[in-house]
Amino acid sequence: MAILCNAETRLLVQGMGRMGRFHAGLSLEYGTQVVGGVHPGKGGTTIDGIPVFNTVADAMAETEANASVIFVPPPGAADAILEAADAGIALSACITEGIPALDMLRAKRSLAGSGLRLVGPNCPGVVTPEQCRIGIMPAQITRPGPVGVISRSGTLTYEAVDQLSRLGIGQSTCLGIGGDAIIGTTFVDALRLFEDDPDTAAVIMIGEIGGSAEETAAAFIRDEMSKPVAAFIAGQNAPPGKRMGHAGAIIAGGKGRASDKIAALEAAGVFVAPSPAEIAETLAKNVPELAGS
Amino acid sequence: MNVHEYQAKDLLRQYGVAVPAGGMAATPAEAEEVARGLDKGLVVVKAQVHAGGRGKGGGIKLAHSPAEAKQVAGEILGMQLKTHQTGPEGKLVRKVYVESGSEIAHEYYLGVVLDRAEEKLAIIASTEGGVEIEQVAAETPERIITVNVDGNAALPGYAARRVGFGLGFDGAQVKQLEVFLSGLFRLFVEKDCSLAEINPLVLTQGGDLLALDCKLNFDDNALYRHADVAALRDPEEEDARERAAQEIDLAYVGLDGNIGCMVNGAGLAMATLDMIQYCGGSPANFLDAGGGADKEKVKEAFKIILRDENVRAILVNIFGGIVRCDLIAEGVVAAAAELGIEVPLVVRLQGTNAEAGREILAASGLDITPAETLREAGERAVAAVGGA
Repeated sequence: MAILCNAETRLLVQGMGRMGRFHAGLSLEYGTQVVGGVHPGKGGTTIDGIPVFNTVADAMAETEANASVIFVPPPGAADAILEAADAGIALSACITEGIPALDMLRAKRSLAGSGLRLVGPNCPGVVTPEQCRIGIMPAQITRPGPVGVISRSGTLTYEAVDQLSRLGIGQSTCLGIGGDAIIGTTFVDALRLFEDDPDTAAVIMIGEIGGSAEETAAAFIRDEMSKPVAAFIAGQNAPPGKRMGHAGAIIAGGKGRASDKIAALEAAGVFVAPSPAEIAETLAKNVPELAGS
Repeated sequence: MNVHEYQAKDLLRQYGVAVPAGGMAATPAEAEEVARGLDKGLVVVKAQVHAGGRGKGGGIKLAHSPAEAKQVAGEILGMQLKTHQTGPEGKLVRKVYVESGSEIAHEYYLGVVLDRAEEKLAIIASTEGGVEIEQVAAETPERIITVNVDGNAALPGYAARRVGFGLGFDGAQVKQLEVFLSGLFRLFVEKDCSLAEINPLVLTQGGDLLALDCKLNFDDNALYRHADVAALRDPEEEDARERAAQEIDLAYVGLDGNIGCMVNGAGLAMATLDMIQYCGGSPANFLDAGGGADKEKVKEAFKIILRDENVRAILVNIFGGIVRCDLIAEGVVAAAAELGIEVPLVVRLQGTNAEAGREILAASGLDITPAETLREAGERAVAAVGGA
């Protein structure tokens, strides 16, 4: 079953530029049903065997797509998200990095009440192993199994997945929720989906400095999660006031420190890995029944 | 992106937010002239650097005549101003702002920020002005008023009224605040600020509200649509290495350790710093080479890392998703040959084409220490600088 996407998912690619085409190809290769692309002005053409439409609405009418991945450059990305919502897409993963924060603030307000679940922006997307790849993750490192993986970072997601796979532990679904200050699906949203997913037995959550999403997640885990959660928080030694690559990774006004996040998670019963090399190990040690799953 | 106080105040004026009369000066003679043009006797001469706490560091001085303004400007210009935000080496003062002195009845705090948790904008105000708002939040949180509003251009009137009456203003003062705050809010939204802070906002003895100091930060991601704001960038205020990295689309933050780091992805880059510290070492920098890292970028990244004289070893940690490890390996070999890298190199390649990458490194004949896992990478980098 997994969460968010599976073998039934019918994917549209919004923005068939260089990145969009490249990853549409990799997703097709992985077995994902990539049913169309959207690129204004190129409607009616076919790119790499994928039919292209001018608008998401046109694509929906022809393809019965239910998900999209957005590669539209920053100035038009928030608009692309709203276009997906308007057309009735159920799930969009926005890969675009560099969307102005106020654009996302307004887009997120507009999404309230729409049927769209947004993942990202500034995220690597979603993979349900051997079923569906949405976005840019190297899906070949994943393997099917019982652990859900949620992360604010792309490459650190790969690191955790690789560690799990090396221990012989597979994943139900892996998703990157994005490194920006304002994002669609939050840790709490993703944790709730994993808690309700019968195929997921445990969760790995990778946070980082900046904001208070990890503290909010800790409260949710304490109050509403029955499944075990292991975590790692990146940026334990980051200097205050400096943006560490991600737009949202900044300790500002004494808030957003890794130490506060770790304390909140530990108090909620989460197994926090002492180093980034021990993320999967920490989960495996505390949940021995996962071994070889 | 940050701007200077004098630039921020120019923007405030454009948006109808009341600020004292004043002007920027780059020489003592210019400071004298600005002071002469102001109608009051008392002027304030303020160092223009991108850091708070200027007053305590000796960067803000009073002058009672244009001649005295010239004299104190002479003292401030060229000084190495040290505050709690500049670091121990301080910042060279190249410009001063000369403005009319104000007769202050009370100091307040007023700010607009992006509230990540609420996913709205927040107007933050306090009766405790002139001190850091973080300190007020920690010590007397009940003296902070927060009003959340949507990110539309027009500030709702009730929001300004909640702030004004919350600060204890009377009806006429609240009307004044509505004009002041709606201008500030419109500036925030129209110019894509990430922070707009008036600290202190002063109530003068004459009953006027004035922005005595102002700090504006702008969303880097939105600068493409604000050429006027982008033009306010002062490269002298930015770390030379961070600027050089930014120009080639790399994210770099200088730190004070001795292990240089080159990583792809911000999260893994932060985690690599954590790994080094966990192993007892100390990283020299954060560097995210990004998703599009190739041979040329790797070389440029090495150049930036090696500009730091403290670097005694370099750790390359790549988890190839989109990035191909063989291309990274070619970049490492080319950079090592062209730049004559003399410090030990520890390289971990994982993910897409990692095996091919490792073969390229092995065949190069370069003295490169390979690492398989993140733990090995951290341990070997720390060992390369002589251990913990």
